[in-house]
Amino acid sequence: MDFLRPASWEEALAAKAEHPTAVPIAGGTDVMVEINFDHRRPEYLLDLNRIGELREWEVGADTVRLGASVPYTQIMENLRAELPGLALASHTVASPQIRNRGGVGGNLGTASPAGDAHPALLAADCEVEAESVRGSRLIPIDAFYTGVKRNALAPDELIRAVHIKKADGPQQYSKVGTRNAMVIAVCAFGIALHPETRTVRTGIGSAAPTPIRAKAAEEFLNAALDEGGFWDSKKIITPSIAKQFAELASGAANPIDDVRGTASYRRHAVGIMARRTLGWTWESYRGKGRSTEGVA
Amino acid sequence: MRVNFTVNGRQQEADDVWEGESLLYVLRERMGLPGSKNACEQGECGSCTVRLDGVPVCSCLVAAGQVEGREVTTVEGLADYARQREEHGGCASGACGTSLQEAQQWRANPAKGATDSQTGEVGGGNPAAALSPIQQAFIDAGAVQCGFCTPGLLIAADEMLERNPQPTDADIREALSGNLCRCTGYEKILDAVRLAAARQDRQGLQEGAV
Amino acid sequence: MGSTRTTGVPTKLTQGSQTKGGIGESTLRPDGTLKVTGEFAYSSDMWHEDMLWGQTLRSTVAHAEIVSIDTSEALAQAGVYAVLTYDDLPAAMKNYGLEIQDTPVLAHKKVRHHGEPVALVAADHPETARRAAAKIKIEYRELPLVTDEASATAPDAVLVHEGRDDEHSRHVPHPNIVHRQPIIRGDAAEAAKKADVIVKGEYTFGMQDQAFLGPESGLAVPAEDGGVDLYVATQWLHSDLEQIAPVLGLPEEKVRMTLSGVGGAFGGREDISMQIHACLLALRTGKPVKIVYNRFESFFGHVHRHPAKLYYEHGATKDGKLTHMKCRIVLDGGAYASASPAVVGNASSLSVGPYVVENVDIEAIALYTNNPPCGAMRGFGAVQACFAYEAQMDKLAAKLGMDPVEFRQLNAMEQGTLLPTGQVVDSPAPVAEILRRVKARPLPPERQWESSEGADVRQLPGGLSNTTHGEGVVRGVGYAVGIKNVGFSEGFDDYSTAKVRMEVINGEPVATVHTAMAEVGQGGVTVHAQIARTELGVTQVTIHPADTQVGSAGSSSASRQTYVTGGAVKNSCELVREKVLEIGRRKFGTYHPAWATAELLLEGGKVVTDGGEVLGDLVDVLEGESVEVEAEWRHRPTEPFDLRTGQGNGHVQYSFAAHRAVVEVDTELGLVKVIELACAQDVGKALNPLSVLGQIQGGTTQGLGVAVMEEIIVDPKTAKVKNPSFTDYLIPTILDTPTIPVDVLELADEHAPYGLRGIGEAPTLSSTPAVLAAIRNATGLELNRTPVRPEHLTGT
Repeated sequence: MDFLRPASWEEALAAKAEHPTAVPIAGGTDVMVEINFDHRRPEYLLDLNRIGELREWEVGADTVRLGASVPYTQIMENLRAELPGLALASHTVASPQIRNRGGVGGNLGTASPAGDAHPALLAADCEVEAESVRGSRLIPIDAFYTGVKRNALAPDELIRAVHIKKADGPQQYSKVGTRNAMVIAVCAFGIALHPETRTVRTGIGSAAPTPIRAKAAEEFLNAALDEGGFWDSKKIITPSIAKQFAELASGAANPIDDVRGTASYRRHAVGIMARRTLGWTWESYRGKGRSTEGVA
Repeated sequence: MRVNFTVNGRQQEADDVWEGESLLYVLRERMGLPGSKNACEQGECGSCTVRLDGVPVCSCLVAAGQVEGREVTTVEGLADYARQREEHGGCASGACGTSLQEAQQWRANPAKGATDSQTGEVGGGNPAAALSPIQQAFIDAGAVQCGFCTPGLLIAADEMLERNPQPTDADIREALSGNLCRCTGYEKILDAVRLAAARQDRQGLQEGAV
Repeated sequence: MGSTRTTGVPTKLTQGSQTKGGIGESTLRPDGTLKVTGEFAYSSDMWHEDMLWGQTLRSTVAHAEIVSIDTSEALAQAGVYAVLTYDDLPAAMKNYGLEIQDTPVLAHKKVRHHGEPVALVAADHPETARRAAAKIKIEYRELPLVTDEASATAPDAVLVHEGRDDEHSRHVPHPNIVHRQPIIRGDAAEAAKKADVIVKGEYTFGMQDQAFLGPESGLAVPAEDGGVDLYVATQWLHSDLEQIAPVLGLPEEKVRMTLSGVGGAFGGREDISMQIHACLLALRTGKPVKIVYNRFESFFGHVHRHPAKLYYEHGATKDGKLTHMKCRIVLDGGAYASASPAVVGNASSLSVGPYVVENVDIEAIALYTNNPPCGAMRGFGAVQACFAYEAQMDKLAAKLGMDPVEFRQLNAMEQGTLLPTGQVVDSPAPVAEILRRVKARPLPPERQWESSEGADVRQLPGGLSNTTHGEGVVRGVGYAVGIKNVGFSEGFDDYSTAKVRMEVINGEPVATVHTAMAEVGQGGVTVHAQIARTELGVTQVTIHPADTQVGSAGSSSASRQTYVTGGAVKNSCELVREKVLEIGRRKFGTYHPAWATAELLLEGGKVVTDGGEVLGDLVDVLEGESVEVEAEWRHRPTEPFDLRTGQGNGHVQYSFAAHRAVVEVDTELGLVKVIELACAQDVGKALNPLSVLGQIQGGTTQGLGVAVMEEIIVDPKTAKVKNPSFTDYLIPTILDTPTIPVDVLELADEHAPYGLRGIGEAPTLSSTPAVLAAIRNATGLELNRTPVRPEHLTGT
């Protein structure tokens, strides 16, 4: 095993070009588990800790350019207003110690369906800034997840940042685990209201081979909100709409049975979370939600 | 490979480090600092918690090569760290901690018997070195049983009190939710953190009054 | 030598009442400072110049013949010093075991469970050892699996162990049954006819792991005399020694064991793990060898709590009196016996719980299967039974329309009650009282998650995962009570040994207590120092490290150490005190008549009369002398249970705890938040009140864990463990653990030292069924299995 320690982003890209099998390591919270448990022996480890800009973020007019290694703790503490869904998701990540190290780049690089950030990223809408010595490109999040623990990155590419749309409406995130803290998702659900475009986007985690959106549920809800004039009237969403949205979200899931939960429970739980998070975000949109986020 | 970093205020160097080694392994097996504990090696228990440039992290998930040039504080340096914070608002580099030589002399020396390390009744530790408030509170409140989770909890609790001197119970529970304990049922750990916070508060009031 | 008598009527003193830091005080742990500074040397911290790292290669299948093992490539690796298999074992004895020597040190010809040790490697770095182990080639031919009672006891069942000749093999109905214990008393069939209500239930208890935080580890150092020095974390040094020495082919005196720091145990260190392996590698290489399991390996490195199926029938009259109980308890012992026979004994003899039931028909068995071996864990046997009988109590109360606590109190055992084994409960049994106390406690306020800012998710089911802001949340309250035997039962010679020395060091009288008791976190070392202070009137007490240079202390399990080794320390201190007083009489007896006539005590470093008159300083008495006594001490003998009827005075003492659980359940998502787990327990005498609370709260939390999250999941098709990690075997975090208010009763047991009662296990029993009862109360679901999972609560 070789340990590569690039001092700059350019050096990192050059190293990745030279050694496409190199495994990038930033927070280490995925990679080191695999090394400690002898599940993985990469030829090269590519340390990204010395590259300061990966831990920086820029708040632009419409998007936040979030460095791949910005720790979840920083997202929770500093980007709650701009990225409320991701901030909530960040708060559910493992433990304080892990949140101090891990960042969105790791979740995207590993592309596990159980990564906590994915549903929030899908719901908010974002583009992944991937770069190699060949150049830089923006990959839409909808095209990023290509299979179980596979993503759209080329072997010589590294994730530089994620360009996430700033929230123009309420966002929520829920995750089911069998413990009240420090738990991997049995399944998770993210939702973002986008009043500017009068659309709703969603994300589902741990309930399909990849993180997915509940597209049929979104389309149904977009149409129902539109037809009922809900965006303007800010009326309470009728229970039948919420119910059907939940059922469609549940139907979007394509989960498996594993030690963390059964497929049927996951489908069930996605539906419950969809209904609840829709309720919380909509109440907040109406200006009635005393707390859209819960306190913590 | 070779790795240089600062541990508890002292510059340290480790040679022949295997690239897959964790910071935890280097501290425990190469620097004679076994206080940080190896309970799960997957970031699910917090027993190996140290401060890396001031931030609490699981040292089992930090690759040794990643700490090059950085500062690490372990439970062995916690009392000094707290004292420095008290005096200067932080641990001045090189001003506190254990020398490499001293650190490497530390061992559970089977040949001489482990008397001190087992009971603490005879010798053991450095009686002159005062404990940090959180360390003392853990002893006083009965928060230590087998003690394997204790070093990680101390680092996490100390850092929380630094940020949040008057935590609610929910704050304490959240801050310590990454540290598993199997012996105590956590009640006495909560008591210890409350006790340390109260003592800190009282001390602050007294100083304020002077 | 001057008199300091004060005026007035002299108060009669009792030994120790004037000495600080004695029993009854919450003195602090002697190892506390070392544990908070990181200096306490745990077994995984051991280090030696030139030491090697040992690695164990384990079976990847559960049941298979070993066709071949090829170690050549591993041996050829640079940095590898030794590779050992069964063929390298040095002695005729190649097996070990707590009760039955059925466990091979390294697998021979076949493996019987997933993760069984097959080969060992010693190398200069852990990674070198891992890489070498991965290069050992083993060819398996898989065999049919035995995974449950049906596959174990079928007429054509594959035998997990062929040719058994252990003591239980003669009375078991099938060779795949490790041990069977029936208990028959009264006439359950006849009594059932008089019952107005009958309740039947089938219950399942999942496989729990001890999940101690300090993984199995230790250091073996070869000695010049051909022996070995072993530094290890264990629960019972002498039991290890008896198993280690024969397979090394060494006399016991050449295997010198010292206890290193133990990172929790809970039963999981009663069996051998890496001890023999490290010694073998050290003796083979001539170098010190350290073995440290990681968490993954730890799940294979120790036995677990027996999963169980429990079939119960209870009857009661319409006025709420139990008429009879029939039960069948089937414990899965896995591939090797470990403590299974004792677990069977506890499960059967305590299957009725702390209740008066005159007509019983009980059977408990443990199976041999190809599942992971199961053995000791806190409260064994009694834990599984308590989960089932307490569920039955709630069902009976509901059927009778009675309050569940009142129903229990109506049938509660008390001092004088006859157990199903025919044994009289001859010390206080405040079962009704501890139930009354937990029930009388005010309930925690409702909806504590609500605040002016919104819902605090940390106080809701799901916690930080933000799954509810109050939606679907229903509160429930449940009660349970349990009974656990204290100490080793069934005729076992359950003794301990204490060596106590008294001398003057630096002008001060000092007592040294040396036992082989394994301090596993429970605070035995604290209590031993307290006992020595009380009995010898000194302040300074040194606790000598536990090792095999002193007689056995028995196991740090079965809630027994404060009773038995505490009793041994007390006894040895008393013998030392007599000798000290003899010296005093010899040296100073002529100076004061009270030396000969009064009852003399040691207090505050002085010899005093029971009236408080000081006769002399211990420093003067002990000048130029030291007094040392090593003596064994044992509790009252017990008897084996009759193999046909289960009758016999099998137990020495009982421990009782009751819990009230208050839970909030997200009924839509099936997530649980335990709000409060109140406990009341009789401890006889709290030698260290702070440690008592720590034990009760810790035990309670382990019971909570197995109620709502903890389970080792074994694939029934492969008998392989599916979740050997802290990612998927979850234990409670501080956010899962509620406040645990504790009500401590001190009703002395006149047969025990200071009247104390073993306390460590009882809270683990009743905690689980109390939480389950509360969840049933919230959801209306039957819930006959633990742990309860979201699927069970949502019907998905």
